[in-house]
Amino acid sequence: MTKLTFIAFDGATFEVEAENGSTVMENAIRNGVPGIEAECGGACACATCHVYVDEEWTDVVGQPEAMEEDMLDFAYEVQPNSRLSCQIRVREELDGLVVRVPERQA
Amino acid sequence: MTQVTKTDVLIVGAGPVGLFAVFELGLLDLKCHLIDILDRPGGQCAELYPEKPIYDIPALPVVSGQELVDRLMEQIRPFDPQFTFSRIVASLERLPDGGFRVTTDEGEAFEAKVVVIAAGGGSFQPKRPPIPGIEAYEGKSVFYAVRRMEAFRGEDLLIVGGGDSALDWTLNLQPVARRLTLVHRRPEFRAAPDSVNKMLALKEAGKIDFQVGQVKALTGENGMLKSATVKGPQDEVEIACTRLLPFFGLTMKLGPVAEWGINLNENLIPVDTEKFETSEPGIFAIGDINHYPGKLKLILSGFHEAALMAQAAKRIVHPNEKVVFQYTTSSTSLQKKLGVLD
Repeated sequence: MTKLTFIAFDGATFEVEAENGSTVMENAIRNGVPGIEAECGGACACATCHVYVDEEWTDVVGQPEAMEEDMLDFAYEVQPNSRLSCQIRVREELDGLVVRVPERQA
Repeated sequence: MTQVTKTDVLIVGAGPVGLFAVFELGLLDLKCHLIDILDRPGGQCAELYPEKPIYDIPALPVVSGQELVDRLMEQIRPFDPQFTFSRIVASLERLPDGGFRVTTDEGEAFEAKVVVIAAGGGSFQPKRPPIPGIEAYEGKSVFYAVRRMEAFRGEDLLIVGGGDSALDWTLNLQPVARRLTLVHRRPEFRAAPDSVNKMLALKEAGKIDFQVGQVKALTGENGMLKSATVKGPQDEVEIACTRLLPFFGLTMKLGPVAEWGINLNENLIPVDTEKFETSEPGIFAIGDINHYPGKLKLILSGFHEAALMAQAAKRIVHPNEKVVFQYTTSSTSLQKKLGVLD
């Protein structure tokens, strides 16, 4: 199990134990993290599971692939550390990962 | 007087569940007309994930969104469904005889004995970009679609986006606009490479401007734009413009369904699980848009709902006919309808 921390826009913190192989989005939904909508259910087709990866983690998490970059065009307030959480797969190296939820999804 | 199209069942939404409803209704001799805001059948399957695999359609271990739509279209062909695309159903009223009159946003009128709402997550509509105060300019100097190119003649035009719509309109409106600036948050584009190359050639020739960045603020008066603030990778720039065309893709909105007098619960339509009928007799709701205890938003659940709804619709349209339950495998009358009988 890998520990993930979600910080909602209002500052509320959600620490969850995530299974490796699941996506960061799935763990947000399962744990009721507010502000993650995931309208398309994880198909990288809607840009409503947008998160900001904590600066300390951007290198480990890595950069979005081309398809995700395309979808990020539709997200609200995109920053260099923006990712779609359905495209981040949980793995051991991400233990302790912190992501922030934007003010709103698209 | 507008011409009125008459049909047995008017289906709002041509996604997979609306399409399969044509099959179940067709077996019961009911003719269908479908209206959809998109320009083609398939709904979310066609718009959101045409190439993505679906793994939970019974007997199809894997099928792409588009392939599912193509197969459904083939399956319902014997029933000759009629389609009206690129329209939103604007109003619905009950007629004195118990049927319904449905009107689109373009004024087309339909009359049907039964209305089936298979509108999924709602209708696809242009996404509003996250710019504070943009609402005040909409319809006056901010537009989400180009109906007439002439409306942009001589204007200082700002186009925002990196997909095909943004690039196509950049190419088409460049000769008409006084000045055209394209803004996109990064130097790469989703649009077809050919359009991107043409746009870059216009930029090289000094005929358009291209700015990397995101629009943060608008300035103007009484709904008429004067300029836009674009935050680039380094700093903010002010771009003078009189018209703004943002192309940020589509989002799903419930839309006018909310005004049809049907009971709603958090943007979903409560139905019974025998007939999938709404609070209004003769109006049914199937697929992702309905709600009942235990509801699952699965395509296969929508198919089941379509089959049960069809039985109830039949009794409304042909109240004096006795409905005999039959299997397509063994019933020669059903096979005749499907056109598979030698």
